[in-house]
Amino acid sequence: MGNALLKPLTALGRDTPKTIEIGGYRIVERFDVALASLATRRGREKDVAKAAKAAKLPLPVSARSSSTSSYGAFWLSPQQWMIEASFSTHEDISAHLKKIFSDAASITEQTDAWVRFDVSAPTLQPLFERLCNVDLPETPVGYAGRTVIEHIGCNLIKRGEGEVTLYGPRSMAASLLHVLEVTARSVD
Amino acid sequence: MSQINRIAGGQIERSKTLNFTFDGKSYTGHPGDTLASALLANGVRLMGRSFKYHRPRGPLSAGSEEPNALVELRSGARQEPNTRATVAELFDGLEAKSQNRWPSLAFDMMSINDRLSGFLAAGFYYKTFMWPAAFWEKVYEPIIRRAAGLGSMSTLEDPDSYDKGFLHCDLLIIGAGPSGLMAALTAGRAGARVVLADEDFRFGGRLNAETHEISDMSGADWASEAVAELSTLPNVRLMMRTTVVGAFDHGIYSAVERVSDHLAVPLPGKPRQTLWRIYSKHAILAAGATERPVAFENNDRPGIMMAGSLRAYANRWGVSVGDRVAVFSNNDDGLRTAVDLQAKGVDVVAVVDSREGGALLPGIRHLRGAQVIDSEGRLGLKAITVRLANGKTETIQTTALGVSGGWNPNLNISSHHRSKPHWREDIAAFVPGEGGPVNLSAVGAANGAMSTHAALTSGQSRALDILSALGVTAKTTALPKAEDAPISIRPLWYVNHGKGRAWIDQQNDVTVKDVKLAHQENFTSVEHLKRYTTLGMATDQGKTSNVIGLAVMAELTGRSIPETGTTVYRPPYTPVAMGTLAGRSRGKEFKPFRHTPSHKWAEEQGAVFVEVGMWLRTQWLPRAGETHWRQSVDREVLATRKSVGICDVTTLGKIDIQGTDAGAFLDKVYANTFSTLAIGKCRYGLMLREDGIVFDDGTTARMGEHEYVMTTTTANAVSVFRHLEFVRQCLYPDMDVQLISTTEAWAQYSVAGPNARKLLEKIVDQDISDVAFPYMGAGNTTVCGGLRARLFRISFSGELAFEIAVPTRYGDALIRRLVEAGQEFDAVVYGTETLGVMRIEKGHVAGNELNGQSTALNMGLGKMVSKKKDSIGMPLSQREGLNDLDGYRLVGVKPVDKDQPLNAGSHFLEIGAAPVAENDGGWLTSMVYSPHIGSHIALGYLKAGDQKIGKHMRAVNFLNKTDVEIEIVSPHFFDPEGERLRG
Amino acid sequence: MIINHPILGPRDAQEFVYLGDESLIARPDGLAPDAIGAFHDYLYLRNNPAGEHRELWYHEQGDRSWLVVTRNTVTHVITKVEMARDVARRMGRSK
Repeated sequence: MGNALLKPLTALGRDTPKTIEIGGYRIVERFDVALASLATRRGREKDVAKAAKAAKLPLPVSARSSSTSSYGAFWLSPQQWMIEASFSTHEDISAHLKKIFSDAASITEQTDAWVRFDVSAPTLQPLFERLCNVDLPETPVGYAGRTVIEHIGCNLIKRGEGEVTLYGPRSMAASLLHVLEVTARSVD
Repeated sequence: MSQINRIAGGQIERSKTLNFTFDGKSYTGHPGDTLASALLANGVRLMGRSFKYHRPRGPLSAGSEEPNALVELRSGARQEPNTRATVAELFDGLEAKSQNRWPSLAFDMMSINDRLSGFLAAGFYYKTFMWPAAFWEKVYEPIIRRAAGLGSMSTLEDPDSYDKGFLHCDLLIIGAGPSGLMAALTAGRAGARVVLADEDFRFGGRLNAETHEISDMSGADWASEAVAELSTLPNVRLMMRTTVVGAFDHGIYSAVERVSDHLAVPLPGKPRQTLWRIYSKHAILAAGATERPVAFENNDRPGIMMAGSLRAYANRWGVSVGDRVAVFSNNDDGLRTAVDLQAKGVDVVAVVDSREGGALLPGIRHLRGAQVIDSEGRLGLKAITVRLANGKTETIQTTALGVSGGWNPNLNISSHHRSKPHWREDIAAFVPGEGGPVNLSAVGAANGAMSTHAALTSGQSRALDILSALGVTAKTTALPKAEDAPISIRPLWYVNHGKGRAWIDQQNDVTVKDVKLAHQENFTSVEHLKRYTTLGMATDQGKTSNVIGLAVMAELTGRSIPETGTTVYRPPYTPVAMGTLAGRSRGKEFKPFRHTPSHKWAEEQGAVFVEVGMWLRTQWLPRAGETHWRQSVDREVLATRKSVGICDVTTLGKIDIQGTDAGAFLDKVYANTFSTLAIGKCRYGLMLREDGIVFDDGTTARMGEHEYVMTTTTANAVSVFRHLEFVRQCLYPDMDVQLISTTEAWAQYSVAGPNARKLLEKIVDQDISDVAFPYMGAGNTTVCGGLRARLFRISFSGELAFEIAVPTRYGDALIRRLVEAGQEFDAVVYGTETLGVMRIEKGHVAGNELNGQSTALNMGLGKMVSKKKDSIGMPLSQREGLNDLDGYRLVGVKPVDKDQPLNAGSHFLEIGAAPVAENDGGWLTSMVYSPHIGSHIALGYLKAGDQKIGKHMRAVNFLNKTDVEIEIVSPHFFDPEGERLRG
Repeated sequence: MIINHPILGPRDAQEFVYLGDESLIARPDGLAPDAIGAFHDYLYLRNNPAGEHRELWYHEQGDRSWLVVTRNTVTHVITKVEMARDVARRMGRSK
């Protein structure tokens, strides 16, 4: 969709997303993901499951994330998920999802509510044990949950052994990145 | 003359020399030294002055229990007072200063206190500084502060950073002596996740200080081998220089890791210390034991220290504290000091053993049944006086005396949940009692198992128990061979001799006599004893002194020691710097900042920002030539009311509410009705707390059949969301309602003023005429040729106004577009000040009126509370007390003389009424200068205010010393009929 | 403290916000004739036991579930954690 007159800015107030490398840590701001929350309406669990299956949209169990070729999803709360899709094809993600789920689910655009940082390193434990109380080494790949990083409520997804996605409040993007940077420097 | 007291052996790296200074004088030491060991090696015994009497003092110990050798470490911004020289790791270039002395350590003017000790006994503060009360602030307190300080702080900002972190483990082991290492080996080999933390910079605990052998090698070597093995296990985390300082509920412990304290300056980017929060399934307290002294007259001279410490300095650091050494002990462990030092070639002149009979040490003058009764040497020990078994006294020349009164298990952590320690007669000491932290158990000396063999055994067996509880199978391996000698103690707490002072607590200068005085004055409970005498206070928290103090009290009261009991142990185990607790949350990093979508643009314009919670909002936007904020704000207000103004309102909370019961749900949470709201419309909503007081307000729009968007005040966004979840999950668990916050997802701007529509017509793709999009309209739309957006026709300013929202990433571009499109209308962008002026001119309530004590009726909104439906707060809002006809009502206020300023917080008084509480009519909540009215105006809560419109009163403010005649008016100063906003 | 969340397992109590007695679920009918009296009792008359207490906690930095936690206020031992929604249903709050 986009708009010729309105140029988007990243959460850090830049034209393009930022990538930072500190020691072995790589912090990549992602600006290419559309997000929407999806919550099952009362008594519509079966309809939602059926529609999701048909659309190849995963609805992971509690505290997990999963993805298919077109959609990613992570669990937020009972009967509520965050759906991820490519921004270039799904900018108006809630319109897409409403077509899939009709009135069986409540769908709300969340794309710009969040800043996303993908953090990777051969071993992330030294960094994350200084950021939050998630027990990263013992946490299975695919874990998704909320946590707090220096007063900032974030969704943390363990994508792989050395890969973590953080979704933090968009307005706090600069503060969140600052925490990631200073902490990475203290353990690099 | 350097390191004259250095002897052979020890775990120091003699090939490297470190230079350091103490009180400006240069000395040398070696890696592995502490400041205390290095000073002692250099023949320096005098390291400080005592707190109250300024007595010359040297180190009493070789560890974190140290009461005396407190120094200021480093200089400038890194200067740190009250650092224990006994644990300060030596580094090249270390600067240390003695404290609590003037002008010098050897000659201290304040030592006059020592001569005045008769006036300064226990409780002297309470007795001396009692009267007159007025003297406290001006006379007594400054005197006490000058005289009673310990070290001085740097007043500069700490240049270092402090981290925080979180650890998870199956087993936390506190202390890496023989029992802790054995437990770690047992659990680590079995594959359990182990954290092994020790406050020292070398693992091994007492093994480093003793000559004991384990498995035919030195204890220190065995410890090194154990550590080497543990470091190969990925499931074991070794944390040196890490003190576990507190036990919290459910297996949570806090620990301070001194990451860079052994360096002159932390490496770039590295923290000085890290505060760890450790989540453990089980914990083992293997913190060892602390030796305690025996009190005798003048037992505080530099050179007199714990026997085990004297031995530690020799064995671990290769230091003999004196050229002639004596020992005073009531147990077998103390004798080892004499044996070890003699073996190192030090001249051991006597062992004074208070126990009668028994075997004599070979080759040493072992005086059985004797006691040390006094000492000599003003700035350092020169001689001791011994009362022999036959009653004769003898003076023995010696420069060092090791004293052992037995060992106290370091049970502190086990008592952090108020578990009462248990007294064991056989070792004359307290051991951890029942009811300590869940899944914590003590082993080794911390549990009263005093021999090396007992430590190893208990460490292994406890670890095996825990592994079994964790469901981990472990092989039992043969225990290494180690000594198993009993301590054979016969308690002796103090030497009953002489009229001089026998020191119990050297940090607080508490003597045996002070305890007797406390008893005499009936402060006999241990908690009273502590407060009355200050026994066990300050940095060491009585680690060496508490048990003696209570033993003396037990003797005086005729109670047993367990009956007397101990004071409560609380975290932290050793002192923790405030900076460590703060972590990175200080200065600009105290809390995160939230930036609005227009932030970058506003910054470019030179906006002045204000912190609203964590948000940085534009407060006003000065233009060239404006030198006072009022010029900017007046201009913004006038321009908006004349033509059009733009304001970033993204910070207001937005909550997406969907579901087939969304309307019914809103009827519950709002005092007014929402289920009847038409699709495409919005309504002002008033939210009450269950007690009938107004909680929050805002507009909520119905975007579809089952879709609403609620706005909250910026301040209450989080608490409203929490409240909605409570109503949804706890009160009406089967309503079909789904919630999600969308505050940050949309950049929202208010466009207000007579030309608001004209401006927006250039942006919005749809017809927004009054017919097509009337007042209180709401809906999805597009802007700039197709970008999805939301449009609301709502007004906080009282003007024709819209709020337009686009996905946040386009927010920066949209404000630029709005400003550009507004040029032809002389549009302004305004900040929170102008927002405030216009809402007060309009009589809208905000934070100052939504003060958590006001009802809808107070705000003039009583009719909004529907009694036809059951909503949160409705029932109790009907209470008689909240419906007083003469209660507070929101009114407007104008000064009678337009030039008179008003102050928020001023109180309403009748003309001529005395400014006393019973005449108080209420108060001014919000005040601004209104450029339209041409004077200050205010809102306020005035008793029976609705009946006083037109009346003249006074606004009195004692703080600002103002007393202004005012006119009570309607709170709607501007366009009371609301014609403009419907335009 | 550690709260063993029924869905998410053990979580640090720092992630939660405390509200109070479970009885806050039992909101009276606001339209009943004696509503003011009933609400007075509901809001202001609470037990403050030294011992077992059933209390409401909100997982604000988590999945936003309200929980009913059975906790001993003296020892802090937590013996039971339930989803408040389930408790509310048991208490007859389904509409």
